[in-house]
Amino acid sequence: MTDHNGFAAGGHGAPALEVTDLVKHFPIRQGIVFKSTVGQVKAVDGVSLTLRKGETLGVVGESGCGKSTLAKLLVGLETPTSGGISVRGEDVTRLGRSGMRRLRRNVQMVFQDPYTSLNPRMTVGDIVGEPFAIHPDVVPSGGRRKAVQDLLDVVGLNPDHINRYPHQFSGGQRQRIGIARALALKPEILICDEPVSALDVSIQGQVINLLEQLQDELGLSYIFIAHDLSVVRHIADRVAVMYLGKVVEIGTETEIYDSPMHPYTQALLSAVPVPDPTLRGHRDEITLEGDVPSPANPPSGCRFRTRCWKATDRCASEEPLLQIRHGAQHANACHFAAPRDVVHAVD
Amino acid sequence: MATKVQTRSNILDGLDTSRPLLEVRDLQVEFHTRDGVAKAVNGANFSVERGETLAIVGESGCGKSVTSQAIMGILETPPAKVAGGQVFFHGVDLLTLPKDTRRRTRANHVAMVFQDALSALNPVWTIGYQLGELFRKHRGMSKAEAKKKSLELLDLVKIPAAKQRIDEYPHQFSGGMRQRVMIAMALALDPDLLIADEPTTALDVTVQAQIMRLLAEIQAERQMGLILITHDLGVVADVADKISVMYAGRIVEQAGVLDIFARPAHPYTQALLRSIPRVDGKGRKLEVIEGLPPVLTRIPPGCAFAPRCHYAKPACRERVPSLEVVENGRRAACLYTAEVLAND
Repeated sequence: MTDHNGFAAGGHGAPALEVTDLVKHFPIRQGIVFKSTVGQVKAVDGVSLTLRKGETLGVVGESGCGKSTLAKLLVGLETPTSGGISVRGEDVTRLGRSGMRRLRRNVQMVFQDPYTSLNPRMTVGDIVGEPFAIHPDVVPSGGRRKAVQDLLDVVGLNPDHINRYPHQFSGGQRQRIGIARALALKPEILICDEPVSALDVSIQGQVINLLEQLQDELGLSYIFIAHDLSVVRHIADRVAVMYLGKVVEIGTETEIYDSPMHPYTQALLSAVPVPDPTLRGHRDEITLEGDVPSPANPPSGCRFRTRCWKATDRCASEEPLLQIRHGAQHANACHFAAPRDVVHAVD
Repeated sequence: MATKVQTRSNILDGLDTSRPLLEVRDLQVEFHTRDGVAKAVNGANFSVERGETLAIVGESGCGKSVTSQAIMGILETPPAKVAGGQVFFHGVDLLTLPKDTRRRTRANHVAMVFQDALSALNPVWTIGYQLGELFRKHRGMSKAEAKKKSLELLDLVKIPAAKQRIDEYPHQFSGGMRQRVMIAMALALDPDLLIADEPTTALDVTVQAQIMRLLAEIQAERQMGLILITHDLGVVADVADKISVMYAGRIVEQAGVLDIFARPAHPYTQALLRSIPRVDGKGRKLEVIEGLPPVLTRIPPGCAFAPRCHYAKPACRERVPSLEVVENGRRAACLYTAEVLAND
């Protein structure tokens, strides 16, 4: 069975999006007239993920771990160096123009910065309605204004504000406009790249609740990329932790947060402050020394070994694969994985 | 060049160390805009002692950064204007000092760490030059002496291979390392009070943890006062001794860190604490604060939070509640504090 988007429909819990061994290397070029490639920035280096229908997969990691490049690859804004992305069973990495148009109907993106991702010279009606101009068969031209007003209503904006410009809205309202635009083509998958990190805390909650409500009502699947681990815990069903272009641990929200196995996940979680002063000094603290190594020249073997307290010679020579090991319920990529609770009080 | 050798002792006369390190009284800052006068800070009162950490918490536009800039004396005037109040440093009102004396108090007595280290550092000079400038200008040191002192500072803030890195430019440093340089600059002249304005907002969590730990260590060692300006309640819970919560230019609640997190006395603080997700639990649906903070040129009459407040009653719209003592040493600016405290 195929629907109007041309993709074979999947059942409930079936994979909505599958990523296999995805790689994106950016060449480092030198020279002005005679350019030569002198290296590769390995932004995404062999990532495999599955997003099931109706679920939220959180992707966390620090700056430079490749999470935003992953987002761009998933919506087709970057072409992968190798590897596959399949949406409902169809490989979308080799699609031509018409294929990409079909993909975009199904996979849309919500951007981080609601101040720069909206054109200041366009009215809200034009911004939210632009997808209809590119995909004219979704809504007939006579019904577009009404369709845009409905979308504004869905995301909690006043439909009468259709003729206003982005600067007349607050940050949270602008993010709602971005969400309305992403929903215009009735996609099944939303890739949210840091959708709330530019917003104040009280406004963050409003947008997170809106995303959760839309998921329930429309059956959307989300890939939710963020550096704020508290926000991801709140919204995600499953979480993937990335470090230097690779997934180092993936599991359900409870598995990752309550019994993290990989030393990097543990270090990351232990660094997240908890808004409770009685926990001060009672949590397991892990301090990482140094900075993340350059993705142009990542360490051999395990990429985290240069900052890891468990590292041995084996970590330098043998790359740990992402697999279920040492009695854990979920996959991690560490030879010496062991659970450690770092978010709750330990004594 | 005849630079006078200066020490900290000859900058301010009449310091009275029995008075608080910093005491801000009824501070008023206005911005004159095309839309009218915006009251960015509307009567702020607080004090900081040596070795103490005060966190000023609030969302964008609440006046927390403007407060810190007014204390430092780095507000751009116009459009800003300090319309009233006093800022006492050990009893000396910084706001009445002549311009030159005021300038010399900066870095010597009160120093600041800015949020965005990349734009706070000058891209065309090396780190060593910018650090050394403090010692050359303020202490009249020679280039060689200044460089030696700069190296010590880079070691203090734990920058690895400081000997090589001292001759590098800001763009060659990572975000965390640049923030360490900023802290080194702020600490250079051994200030009594450090103001850190969102010092870790632009940084990753693991780096944030490193920087906050470094600040805490140095503060304890030197018995500095620290004013931490932030929107991150997690960071506040980790480091602050006491907290002032600001909303629309006013301090709405002031209390010790344990009190405020355990039992907030102002509806805004309570709503803020309930609206943040936590890493140590999945939590329920987030409670949200409906609506938006008021535009500062058109603050509604009465309590500025009333339009978004669950507890608001008609009386809230009639007069501005003052910051009153609620119980032992804690204050809140709300007519219905008792109700808020009861609704735990």
